[in-house]
Amino acid sequence: MRVLGIETSCDETSVAVYDSETGIVAHEIYSQQTLHAAYGGVVPELASRDHIRKLLPMVRGVVREAGGRESLQGVAYTAGPGLIGALLVGVAVGRSLAWAWGLPAVAIHHMEGHLLAPMLEPVPPAFPFLALLVSGGHTLLVRVGGLGDYDILGDTLDDAVGEAFDKTAKALGLPYPGGPALEALARGGDPARFTFPRPMTDRPGLDFSFSGLKTHVLQTLCRSDASPQARADIAAGFQQAVVETLAIKCRRALRETGLRQLVIAGGVGANQALREKLQAVVDEEGAALFYPRLEYCTDNAAMIAYAGWLRLARGERCPASFNARARWSLASLR
Amino acid sequence: MRLLALDTATEACSAALLVEGEVLERYEVAPRRHAELVLPMLESLLDEAGLSLSRLDALAFGRGPGAFTGLRIAAGVAQGIALGAELPVVPVSTLAALAHGAFRERGETAVLAGIDARMGEVYWGIYRGVEAGVMECVGEECVCPPQVVPVPPGKGWFGAGTAWACHGEILARRLGPRLAAWAGDSLPRARDIAVLGAGLYRAGRAVDPAQALPVYLRDKVVAEKADATDRGRE
Ligand SMILES: Nc1ncnc2c1ncn2[C@@H]1O[C@H](COP(=O)(O)OP(=O)(O)OP(=O)(O)O)[C@@H](O)[C@H]1O
Repeated sequence: MRVLGIETSCDETSVAVYDSETGIVAHEIYSQQTLHAAYGGVVPELASRDHIRKLLPMVRGVVREAGGRESLQGVAYTAGPGLIGALLVGVAVGRSLAWAWGLPAVAIHHMEGHLLAPMLEPVPPAFPFLALLVSGGHTLLVRVGGLGDYDILGDTLDDAVGEAFDKTAKALGLPYPGGPALEALARGGDPARFTFPRPMTDRPGLDFSFSGLKTHVLQTLCRSDASPQARADIAAGFQQAVVETLAIKCRRALRETGLRQLVIAGGVGANQALREKLQAVVDEEGAALFYPRLEYCTDNAAMIAYAGWLRLARGERCPASFNARARWSLASLR
Repeated sequence: MRLLALDTATEACSAALLVEGEVLERYEVAPRRHAELVLPMLESLLDEAGLSLSRLDALAFGRGPGAFTGLRIAAGVAQGIALGAELPVVPVSTLAALAHGAFRERGETAVLAGIDARMGEVYWGIYRGVEAGVMECVGEECVCPPQVVPVPPGKGWFGAGTAWACHGEILARRLGPRLAAWAGDSLPRARDIAVLGAGLYRAGRAVDPAQALPVYLRDKVVAEKADATDRGRE
C-alpha cells in the first residue's frame, strides 16, 4: 500500500510517499527559514502564503517521482497541532485531492508523526518504547504502547526545550533558528566555567521546567564581560544543563517504566550533545537508543505518510468535511 | 459547458454547479465553518445532478479579496480537486462576483463592489456589466480607507457589499451625485462565480491548478502582524 503524506504545520512545506513494502519512495522538504529569518521567528501569515504557493508543485513532483497517481491508495495530512492557517493549506489540498481521486484520507497529529519517525529507520524500535519528544513547541516523555496508545509521563510546565534553545540563542546574539547555532557556539566553550541549575531534577516526577534556566543565562550574560569566549562558555554551560536535565529524567523514566528502548524525536533531537549523553544513559541502563535520521527529525512529510499508512491500514477514514486544530492533545488520540 | 464553483472568501460558504446554463447552488452564512462545509456542498451538488468530476470542463473559485484563511481554503480545495480530476481552474474575483450578484438580483450594470477589509479599510472594485455573465473591471481593484476609494466617472452607480454596511456614510459622501443607491448586505456567492467563471473559461482565462492562487490585495502583512495572526485563527 502506498500513501501520500503532506505536512504544512509550521515553516516547512513537505510531501512524501510511503510504501508499506519498501518504505519512503519519494520525499521533498522545502524550508521557509530564510523567509522568516529577518523577523526573528515564524510570521504565521507569511508562512501560510508561502505554503499555498509551494505545495501543489511539490505534490506533483513527488507523485511523479513515486510512479504516478495509480500507485497510491490513500492520502494523509497533518491536521494539527500547529499554526492554524498553515495547517489549513495542507489539509485543504490533501483532503480535496483525495476526494477527487476517490481515495481514503486521514488526518494526522503532527506529534504522532514525530513519535513514529524512528520506525522509518532500518533498525526500528518495537512497541512498547519510551519516547523523549523535544521540539520548538513540545517537551514530552511518552510511553508509546502502540499506534494511538500514548501515555504522557512528563511534560514541561513552561517553555519547551527548543524554545529555551531559541530564546537563549537570541540573548547570545545568534541568528534564528537558534538551536543549531547555539550548539555550534557551545563547541568552542567551557561548560564548567559558569554553573547553571538542573531544573526540577532534585524532586520526584518526570516534568520539566526551562524558563528559569533562560533567566539564569540572561543574568550570567549581564555579569560577564560578554566577550566571544564568555558567550561560548555560557552556550556550553546552558546546553550541558539542558542535556543533563533531559538525561536525568530519561534515566528515571526508564527505571520507573521498565522499558528498555528510548526514542528521541523532534527538532532538538538533532543536537549531537543530547544524542551522545542519552547514548551513555541507555548504555548504563542496559537499554537501546533510537533516533530518526536528521531529515526525519525536523518537520517532514515522511513521518506523516508513515503514520497515515498505519491509520489507513487500521481502517480509519476521514469524512469529506475537514478541519485543522491549532491545539490537539497527543493523549487524546486512540 | 459544465463547471463547478466554490467560494469561502467571507462569512459565507457556497458552492455551485453550472450545467448548460442552469445553476444549482448551496449557500450558507457560516463563519469559521468553511472547511467543514465546502466539500460536502460540492459532493451534494454532483449527487443531485448525477454527475462525476470527470464530466466537468473546469473548476472556478473565489480568488479574493476576502479573509486570508478563507481565500486559502478555496484556493487549496480548488488546487486539490483540479489536480486530482485533471481540470483547469478559473480564478474569479470576489468583487466581480458581488457586482454580478447585483446584476442578477436587480439588473444593476454599474456597480461599486466593496468588501470590509477591517482596520478601517475596504477592498474596492469598480465594475460595469457588459452582457449577461460578464463584469468588466474599470481600473484596478485595491484596498484603501473608504475616504479615498477610487471614484468612477458618470452617474447611476450602485454600491454592493459589506464595505457599504460598515462605511456607507463615508462612501456615499465620497461618491456624491455619482451614487444612485447602495445595499450592504450581500456577500460573494458561488452561483455568480460559476457564471463569471464560465465566461472567463470561454475567453481562455483558465489556468493550471498550481496557479489557482489567492489575490489578497493587502500585502503589507508583517507590519500588520496582529491582524494576520488574528485572521489566521478564523
Ligand atoms: N542542533 C540543535 N540543538 C538544539 N536545538 C535544535 C537543534 N536543531 C534544531 N533545534 C531546535 O528544534 C526546534 C525545531 O524543531 P521542530 O521543527 O521539530 O519543532 P517545531 O516545529 O518548531 O515545534 P513543534 O514540532 O513542537 O510544533 C527549534 O527550537 C530549534 O532551535
